[in-house]
Amino acid sequence: MKKLSKSTVSNIITYGIVIIAFIICQAMLSAGAMTRSLRGQLIPICVYIVMAVSLNLTVGVSGELSLGHAGFMSVGAFSGIVASAWLASAFHLENTVVRLILSMIIGGIFAGFAGVIIGIPVLRLQGDYLAIVTLAFGEIIRNVLNCLYISVDGRALHIAFSNPNIPGTVILNGPAGAVGVSKIATFPMAFALILFTLMVVLNLIHSRSGRAIMAIRDSRIAAESVGINITKYKMMAFVTSAVLAGMAGSLYGLNYSTVTASKFKFDTSILVLVFVVLGGIGNIRGSIIAAALLTVLPELLRAFSDYRMLIYAIVLILVMLATNSPVIRSMFDRMTYRRRPGLPEEKQKGGAAE
Amino acid sequence: MTQSVKRYNQNIRMVPAPSHGIIPERDLNAAPVLEARHLGIEFGGLKAVEDFNLIIGKTEIAGLIGPNGAGKTTVFNLLTKVYQPTMGTVMINGHDTAGMNTVQANKLGIARTFQNIRLFGNMSVEENVRIGLHNQIKYGMFTGILRLPNYWKEEKRQHERALELLSIFDMQDMASVQAGSLPYGAQRRLEIVRALATNPSLLLLDEPAAGMNPHETEELMANIMKIRDQFQIAILLIEHDMNLVMGICEGICVLNYGRIIAKGTADEIQSNPTVIEAYLGKKKEG
Repeated sequence: MKKLSKSTVSNIITYGIVIIAFIICQAMLSAGAMTRSLRGQLIPICVYIVMAVSLNLTVGVSGELSLGHAGFMSVGAFSGIVASAWLASAFHLENTVVRLILSMIIGGIFAGFAGVIIGIPVLRLQGDYLAIVTLAFGEIIRNVLNCLYISVDGRALHIAFSNPNIPGTVILNGPAGAVGVSKIATFPMAFALILFTLMVVLNLIHSRSGRAIMAIRDSRIAAESVGINITKYKMMAFVTSAVLAGMAGSLYGLNYSTVTASKFKFDTSILVLVFVVLGGIGNIRGSIIAAALLTVLPELLRAFSDYRMLIYAIVLILVMLATNSPVIRSMFDRMTYRRRPGLPEEKQKGGAAE
Repeated sequence: MTQSVKRYNQNIRMVPAPSHGIIPERDLNAAPVLEARHLGIEFGGLKAVEDFNLIIGKTEIAGLIGPNGAGKTTVFNLLTKVYQPTMGTVMINGHDTAGMNTVQANKLGIARTFQNIRLFGNMSVEENVRIGLHNQIKYGMFTGILRLPNYWKEEKRQHERALELLSIFDMQDMASVQAGSLPYGAQRRLEIVRALATNPSLLLLDEPAAGMNPHETEELMANIMKIRDQFQIAILLIEHDMNLVMGICEGICVLNYGRIIAKGTADEIQSNPTVIEAYLGKKKEG
C-alpha cells in the first residue's frame, strides 16, 4: 500500500482520539465509575465539541470571525424540538433514534437556511462586518424566540407571535422556552454526531472546495486571480458551519426537558470561540480537546466552591500563555506532523533588484 | 463563442483599431489574444493610466516597461479587472470584458503573477498548483465530503497535472514543501506555475526577474520562451531588467506618466529619443 500522507495520518489520530475517548466513557458508564454530574455532562461535551469544530471551519479555515454561533445553535435547538414533537404527534413516530436523527436534520436545515440569509449580504463585504452582523443575529434570534409560541395539535402546527392563546399541546411557550421536551438525546448519538462533523469538516478541508476556502483566507486577490469565486466558497464554509451548529443545537435541546432561549446568549458564542482560540485557530484536534476539557473543568473545580470561576480563569490564562510560548510551540511542532523538510538557504529576497 | 466573435468583427468594421499591434503582421486573421483600446482609469481626478492602446497577438511575447510609478502595474490590474477601467475597453480573445470581475476575466483566459509575491504560504507547493487547477479539474463539494469515486479520480488527475506543471521548472521534487519556506526565486517560479495551471491564453508576469541573480534570470528567459512554445500562449511582462526585456520581448511598449510614449521592437525602443529622455532626462542644450 502507498505511504499515507501527513494529513491522512493526522486525521486518523483525530478520529482515534475521539473513538478511544468514547470507548473509555462507555466502559466507565457500564462499570458505574462515573459521577452523576459528569454523566450529565457527557452530551453537552459532545455538543460543544461539534460547536467548536464547526466554528473552527468559519474562524480557522475560512478566516471570518463569527460571533453568533450560539444563534445557529438556538435555531437548530428550537426547530429540532418542534420537529421532534411534531413527528411524535403527527406520525406517532415512537422510535426515538429515528426521531432524533430526523430532528437533527431538520434543525440543521433551519440553521443552514439562517446561515444563507445572513451570509448573502454580509459575505460580499470584507473586514469585520461578519462579526458585527453575526453578533446582532445571535441577539435578534434570541429575542424572536422569546416571543414565539408554537403548539402541535394532531398533524397541525400552530405558530403565533406574542400570542399565547393557541390550541393544542404547547411546545414553545414564549419566554418560558420549550416545555415538556421528550429527552431523546443519547450519548452514542452525540458521539455519532461528532464523527459526522469530523467527517464533513476534515473531508471538506482536504478537497478542492476546502483548498479554495483556504486560498481565499490566505490571499483574496491571488485566489480571485486564479478564478476562485470568493462569495461562493465563503458561503460554503459559513453555511456548512451553521448546519453543523444547528444539528448540535438540536441534540442539545433534546437533552433537556425545558430549554429557554437564554441558554444561547452571547456568552455561549464567546465560550465556543474560546474553545476554538485555545485549541488553536484552524486546528481541529485542538478544538476537540479544548471543548472537552473546558466543559468538564468547571465541574471538576466544584471542590473549590467559591473560587471555582477564579481558578477557571487562571487555567484559561495559563493555557493561553503556554500555547503562545515559542518553546512549547516548537516542542509541539517537533512532536507533530508539521515538521517540513528543510531547504538549503538560497539567495534571499532583494539581491539583484534595481 | 461564435456570437461574440461576430460581435468582435462588427466592432472592427465600425471602429477601426486606433493603434496597431506591436507586431502587426502576426495573426492578422485571428482575433488577438488581448486588445486594449483607449484604456484609462482615474483615481479621484488623477489619471493613473490614460489612452492605453495595445494589441497582443497569439504567442507573442511583449514587454511593458517604464520608470517607477509610470502605471505599469495599474495596467495589469486594469487588464485583469482588479480595477474597473473608467475609460476604454479590454477584449480578451475577442470577448469584451466590460463589467466582468477578476474571476470571469481569468475564465476568459488571462492569468497573472504579482509584483509582491502572493502565494498561499502555509500550503504546500503542490496545493498551490492545485488551487490554480481549480477551474480545470472539477468536482463538487458533496463529492469531496462523501469521498465518492469521482473524488479519488479527480484528485489523482490534479496530482498528476500539478507535478507535470511543476516539472516545467524542475520543481516536482519540492511538491510537498511549504510554499512560504521556498527561496525567493523558487517562489516566483511557483507563482508562474500556478498562473499557468489556470490554462490561460495570455500570461501577465509582473517583474518575474525581481530579486533573481543573473544566472537565475538567464534560466528564467529560457523558461519563458519554453512556456510560450509549449503552451502556445501570449505573454506580457513588466520588467526592469533590460537584458531580459531586450532579450526575449518581440514587442515592447514604454509607459511614462500613465501614457504610452513608444511602441516597437527592442532596437527601435533603444534608439527612441523619447524613451531615453523618460529614463535618463533631457540632454542639456549646447
